Amino acid sequence: MRYLTRFFKDLSKYSTYVVCSAKAKLAADVAGSRLNWVWWVLEPLCMMLVYTFVFGVIFTGREENFPLFIFIGLTLWNFFSGNVKVSVRIIRRSKSVITRIYVPKLMLNITQLLVSGFKMLISFGIIIIMMIFFRVVPTVNILWLIPVMLLLVMLSFGVMCFFMHFGVYVTDLVNATDIILKLIFYMTGIFFDITLRVGKSYPELAVVLSKVNPMAFILTSARTALLGGGMPDLLCLGIWFVIALLIDIFGIILVYKNENSYAKAI
Amino acid sequence: MEQTNGLSEELNTEEKKRRGRVAITLEDVHISYDIRNRGSIKGSIGKKHEKKRYYEAVKGISLKIRRGQIVGIIGSNGAGKSTLLRAIAGIFSVNSGKIDLHGNSVSLMAIGVGFEKNLTGRENIMLSGLLLGFTREKIENEMQRIIDFSELGDFIDRPVASYSSGMYSKLAFSITAVLETDILLIDEVLSVGDRHFKKKSYRRMKRMIEKKRHTVLIVSHSDSTLRDLCDHVLWLDDGKMVMYGPADEVLDSYNASMEDDDE
Repeated sequence: MRYLTRFFKDLSKYSTYVVCSAKAKLAADVAGSRLNWVWWVLEPLCMMLVYTFVFGVIFTGREENFPLFIFIGLTLWNFFSGNVKVSVRIIRRSKSVITRIYVPKLMLNITQLLVSGFKMLISFGIIIIMMIFFRVVPTVNILWLIPVMLLLVMLSFGVMCFFMHFGVYVTDLVNATDIILKLIFYMTGIFFDITLRVGKSYPELAVVLSKVNPMAFILTSARTALLGGGMPDLLCLGIWFVIALLIDIFGIILVYKNENSYAKAI
Repeated sequence: MEQTNGLSEELNTEEKKRRGRVAITLEDVHISYDIRNRGSIKGSIGKKHEKKRYYEAVKGISLKIRRGQIVGIIGSNGAGKSTLLRAIAGIFSVNSGKIDLHGNSVSLMAIGVGFEKNLTGRENIMLSGLLLGFTREKIENEMQRIIDFSELGDFIDRPVASYSSGMYSKLAFSITAVLETDILLIDEVLSVGDRHFKKKSYRRMKRMIEKKRHTVLIVSHSDSTLRDLCDHVLWLDDGKMVMYGPADEVLDSYNASMEDDDE
């Protein structure tokens, strides 16, 4: 409890720092490249084209509005996996700063969330344009996107806390993380519909995969809200909210308990 | 009875005012490092849990430093000087004991101070300032002064990664020299940059110290610097306090013991 109040206190105390830091990082991200911010739009767009080509043309994907289907999946997945990947090394990367001055380490994660959140917003801009292009008419159920995105952010933050902590002490966690993320990537159904594909031969497995893997659940829910005009599975959403909240709480406690030893270990 | 109590209380407050309030309290501070090889997934397979091994860098130091005091810290390499400074700066946690800064803001000036390398000098000034606890407005107001003092010119808007090591430390020194915190922790910073900047930073440091508004802790190997700047000196050896007292006294016995060792 003590750590939670401290977390919110730090959040307000360091809000200017977090915002300034995120802005500067975004600016630095594009300062060196020729096309500047165009890359933020270009990169996800190109990835979508690649996947659409590979899985739509070569493996003949039949999901409706296939490019849009892939792009929504990629957008949310990149947010999650990008954040986790960064968090594993985030302490070592900020070594020069954190060995000189005290920063609540959770604020590093919040900064990272802001940076990748901004990039995700750009992708959502593209999604809107694509929806107009594909003549997808949104229903009022599009509002379900809000809790789904909130769940994504909460889940990412909690997972980041754990990866940040163990990334300090376990040297080869970086390699393991890549493998784990790859595995989850293929189990999340970025470029296929789990119930459609896996469900054909293994219906039970499909249900398990799409509900037990939170990312699959988040992706499916976001797609239904945006494309299908349906509602997410509310019970599942509720359960995952509770789990994400618990991960967040334990993550916050874990980091606050140990953060001042990080500087000694790196 | 009550009257005498009141009188002594009055005396006490007078006394406190005269001596200045305590700015830093160290209570039996122990700090250790985990020197076991960092774990890896590969290493944990097929091995029993290795017992943690610790190296204790600071072994039970208790000290009270009053506001406005200039304290030098001396001792051989590995005596725990820098570790102690970092603990006071809030970067390291203590393993047992307590460090109380009584609500004072603190900054650590050290050689090769770290910045976010991809960001520009200007951005780094803002971020460091915010972490030191200053408001955005205050930093923006002082920005030009910091840039002027650092003598970096146009480089200030380039990424810090493109700086030479001298420019790097000039910028770091300038930030802490302009944005003054209540407690200054100085880790051998007196040798920053070229000779011209070295002199300038030394003068600046001296002026800041002479104002007596800051509490200052200086780690240095230079006898003359410590005699010149400090009123008290703390002598550390192997993580323990050997001696604490007036600068000349402690430095004399420190030098004497060093000479003994040489023989």
